[in-house]
Amino acid sequence: MAIEKDTVQKVAHLSRIDLSEEELRRLSSQLAGIVDFIDKLKKINIENIVPTSHILPINNVLREDACGKSLDLEKTLKNAPQRKENFFGVPKVIE
Amino acid sequence: MPTSDLNTKTVVQLRSSLVSGDIRCSDIITSLEEKARRTEAEVKAYVRFDGLKASIYAPQDDKPLSGIPVSVKDNICTEGENTECCSKVLAGFQPPYDATVIKKLREAGAVILGTKTNMDEFAFGSSTENSCFGPSHNPWDLDRVVGGSSGGSAAAVASDEAIIALGSDTGGSIRQPASFCGVVGLKPTYGRVSRYGLIAFASSLDQIGPITKDVGDCALCMNFISGRDPHDSTCAEIEVPDYTKSLGEDIKGVKAAIPKEYFVEGLDPQVKSILYEAINKLKGLGVDIASVSLPHTEYAVPVYYIIATAEASSNLSRFDGVQYGLRAEDKEQGAGNRLVSMYKKTRGEGFGDEAKRRVLLGTFSLSHGYYDAYYLRALKVRTLIKNDFGAVFGDYDCIITPTSPSVAFRIGEKSNDPLKMYLSDIYTISANLAGIPAISVPCGFTKEGLPVGLQILAKPFDESTLFKIAYAYEQSTPWHKMKAKI
Repeated sequence: MAIEKDTVQKVAHLSRIDLSEEELRRLSSQLAGIVDFIDKLKKINIENIVPTSHILPINNVLREDACGKSLDLEKTLKNAPQRKENFFGVPKVIE
Repeated sequence: MPTSDLNTKTVVQLRSSLVSGDIRCSDIITSLEEKARRTEAEVKAYVRFDGLKASIYAPQDDKPLSGIPVSVKDNICTEGENTECCSKVLAGFQPPYDATVIKKLREAGAVILGTKTNMDEFAFGSSTENSCFGPSHNPWDLDRVVGGSSGGSAAAVASDEAIIALGSDTGGSIRQPASFCGVVGLKPTYGRVSRYGLIAFASSLDQIGPITKDVGDCALCMNFISGRDPHDSTCAEIEVPDYTKSLGEDIKGVKAAIPKEYFVEGLDPQVKSILYEAINKLKGLGVDIASVSLPHTEYAVPVYYIIATAEASSNLSRFDGVQYGLRAEDKEQGAGNRLVSMYKKTRGEGFGDEAKRRVLLGTFSLSHGYYDAYYLRALKVRTLIKNDFGAVFGDYDCIITPTSPSVAFRIGEKSNDPLKMYLSDIYTISANLAGIPAISVPCGFTKEGLPVGLQILAKPFDESTLFKIAYAYEQSTPWHKMKAKI
């Protein structure tokens, strides 16, 4: 399947990544090549094959429901690009 | 013991000199610092290098790794020290906590170096050229790549700027650079080592593992970093054996399989003949060798690039300019949602080319209309690849392959062709898809003097077999004693 420029543009929006015109052109042609390559998988018969999303036979790992120490607030907020009191600051969302 | 060459020694050698009182921890640090100051300008194994930032705790205490410096890849959290995944988007990030592997190593007495090792941005790459700090240079030939993505860790160990190092392996990122740099690298079984504090790339594939000067150090390091962690629910509750007990065990009668799909077109002829010599060596040590088939081998790379990028596109959504790292915003207030435009600008400016490609590809294969055709199909083919290994391990103890189809390539040689770069992981990717452990050990040099790696794969949680075979091979060959002239 060929991947078109407008598909890449749509996917870039879903991924929340700004692309310049030049990037969009270059990445579209590279992604087309990669998608072409992975299309190889269409050759295989996968009827009745169960998908593997996790390799270990581990299910429902539980721990005791006990209080523990959480991350240090100051150390955690120290990395924030914008801090407001004890919160992460972001651009205004509601007008 | 002369203290000027302590940087060239193994953990096992250093511990014995520390215990006998011949040397002190500070002697090791001094020797490493001096070496790094001499060669780092050429090798660039570390990022933001200005000394190694060793903080020595209680030098007199006598724990199993007391006084041993450990170098750490830039995607493993070390409290209060920069951990940036070699990405602009994480610039300046200093984690508020230690990864579990770091905590365990500190508890064993190790000295964690604050200066981190270079890597491909978010571990996306096979050459360390995708680092926002620029590439590392191979100690065996400075014009060549170190492999990747744990290239800085491998180069640091190979150039004796590190004693041992930690890396992470999602599709070969420990083994391939270990092979390119002539050192030992292990990807443990999925679930053997906790990933808490490893900045996630592809959560169904990632594992942390050691890069070392020999097999003995690798086994020793695994004794301390393995085991259950309540912070990582994928980390298995399976007993950790003393891996060093496997060293020196007889390998007579061990059954090894050679998959014919790994010795076909695309394999460098010199690598091929060096591999056959290594296989003959193993035969001489009593290993029974037989040819087998892993019929779905050719699908491993496409399956990997769907699953790994899908998981990465989800994992990388956290880099959005809110909690850490870079934030980029338009100064003038335009129309539309300012929060969304902040996300887009931050990620557009913060991610390098390969990160963008992978997030886009992953989002594509997970998106409406493509999910069944790509992502779900890849998960099913993953089952077939896993079953191939299961069938072989019914009859054999291990599988032997080259680690990489080539030796270290030239810097810049593949950087404009992502697909060509992806194919350099062709022999390492399957182990991640199947969740099995695999080790790379040096097995010779090409006539240009570049190292070649031998890969051994075993059943899940059977690292002991890997160490047993790798150690027997290593001890009967001179390769691990060869040093790059730098």
